[in-house]
Amino acid sequence: MPDAVLQVDNLVKHYGDVQAVRGVSFSVNEGEVFGLLGPNGAGKTTTVEILEGLRNPDGGYVRVCGFDPQVSARELKHEIGASLQSTSLPDKLRVMEALRLFAGFYKRHRDPEELLKRFGLEEKRNTYYSKLSGGQKQRLALAMALVNNPRVLFFDEPTAGLDPQVRREIYDIIEELRREKKTILMTTHYIEEAERLCDRVAIVDHGKVIVCGSPRELKQRSGGNTRIEVKLAKPATNGTLKNLEGVTDAREVDGTYVLHTQRPPQAIVSLVKHLEAEGNELISLEIATPSLEDVFIEMTGRRLRD
Amino acid sequence: MRNFVSLTRMRIQLALRNRMFFFFSVIFPLGMFFLYAGIFAKGNPRVVSFFLGPVIALNVMGSFWGLSAMLVTFREQGILRRFHVSPVTATDMLASSIFANYLLTLPTVFIELLFARLIFHVTNLGDLVSLFVLVTVGTVSFASLGLVVASVTNTMQETQVLNQLIWLPLIFLSGATLPIAYLPKVAQSVAVFLPATYLVTGLQGAMYSSFPVWKLLTQILALALWTILTFFVAAQLFRWEPESKIPRSAKLWVLATALPFFLLGVWENKNGQILAQAQAAYRSLDRPSTSEQPKSDSPSMGNLPKSKKDSQPQQ
Repeated sequence: MPDAVLQVDNLVKHYGDVQAVRGVSFSVNEGEVFGLLGPNGAGKTTTVEILEGLRNPDGGYVRVCGFDPQVSARELKHEIGASLQSTSLPDKLRVMEALRLFAGFYKRHRDPEELLKRFGLEEKRNTYYSKLSGGQKQRLALAMALVNNPRVLFFDEPTAGLDPQVRREIYDIIEELRREKKTILMTTHYIEEAERLCDRVAIVDHGKVIVCGSPRELKQRSGGNTRIEVKLAKPATNGTLKNLEGVTDAREVDGTYVLHTQRPPQAIVSLVKHLEAEGNELISLEIATPSLEDVFIEMTGRRLRD
Repeated sequence: MRNFVSLTRMRIQLALRNRMFFFFSVIFPLGMFFLYAGIFAKGNPRVVSFFLGPVIALNVMGSFWGLSAMLVTFREQGILRRFHVSPVTATDMLASSIFANYLLTLPTVFIELLFARLIFHVTNLGDLVSLFVLVTVGTVSFASLGLVVASVTNTMQETQVLNQLIWLPLIFLSGATLPIAYLPKVAQSVAVFLPATYLVTGLQGAMYSSFPVWKLLTQILALALWTILTFFVAAQLFRWEPESKIPRSAKLWVLATALPFFLLGVWENKNGQILAQAQAAYRSLDRPSTSEQPKSDSPSMGNLPKSKKDSQPQQ
């Protein structure tokens, strides 16, 4: 992979006894938006922070723009831009001052005025950081990540904690960067986000990549199936739901039965018949189109959220 | 170098926008100035001149509070992380904090000198070169100490406790509050182990006794060596991440930085040059003299101080 901007092979990191990352491998090509999707604590942030040169790995091979973050952290930092999780700026630093300050740290940088305009922060140029709303802070964080016109961008949970409307604003910004063919590695635990923004996604769980591919590929891998979620009055007999006509897979997740099917009407009819015969009752039923959530459930037996 | 300059500018901007900064760096030192000059010295120009050293020493030493608190806040709020992902280095971060602090200390020292001259009619402010050199090494060294404290503590609470533990002996045993010659003998032999004592006696020597730099070399070199050592330790222990905790035993590093003063203290206890200077200055306070301030360090023996109301014969 000569044009891979990011290469990660068998990356390992532990904190004391806790294995945060246990053999993560993936690579990101020039101009690609790559997502690490997984629940909180899956090791996404640790992985990203190792690539950014903020943490040292305990094992594995890592290259970012050809640099080993452990050896060439300083050169590397001129090539990357990042919006971090759980970070902040000094309360009494003004928006424009922050952009100018950080622009000055790099060998080459973009015009802070242009970034201010592009991220809709012109009116806030003289506002203290502490007076910004959550969305404005996040837009500033993204603007600051771009200030050195980096070869690769790292967005760690770019929409975490933001309300839906602000989240959509951030999506627009990332989609625009995607159209400009920026190389982006982002982490998220939102399925819609990964499906909408990423060219390729690696689903991460317990410090490992469990599956990797474009959102479409992944959904097809899970059979392209519709998901039917039902709650029942009495527990279903083990394995019987799986054998119903039209149902390709059935499993129990947190007290809900999740059935996969390519023919939803047939599956529902046979389910209802089966329940009548068993003397069981349907409490609720939901139908969802195929998503990465199904892939996650299929691979781990758990839901992505909660 | 460019990063150092822009970070220094940022620190100064932030400090000037911070009300706490004004209180601790301007109002509080000036309050101490009027307390010492107006009440302890009763406005007597010669005694005011004697107390200028301690007053400026307190001002200079105060740098270590502000810096430790600031660095810990920056780390706890994840501000340092943001800088870490840019090309800024730990040395940029630490050196700019110290330098900004130094630049912010100078105006207050200047105001104190101006007030001494204009309000309390102190005609001879002493050797200004010595004063400048001592204010410089003093601010920089105590600021570095603040950075070591910030680096060996994990939370703001710990930082404040450690600050108090360091601060109290430094101000009470160094001559910054009570003149060192006035302290009991035991306290005096402890005092020569403390960096603050060298700052206070140095500043007093510069301002009251008008000692040129070469007469204050012990103090200046000791503080300069200490600066290098504390800065090195601070840079080694520096942490960007709030969750990277440091073991309790690391607090011993604070003691390690005191090593030069341990050696100096042993030496001083044998030779007693610093104490002799301080005692001479103290005794000369009630030596009848013209408006000229004493230029000599040769003590005139046998006179007990009468110029201070609260002084009791101790030695």
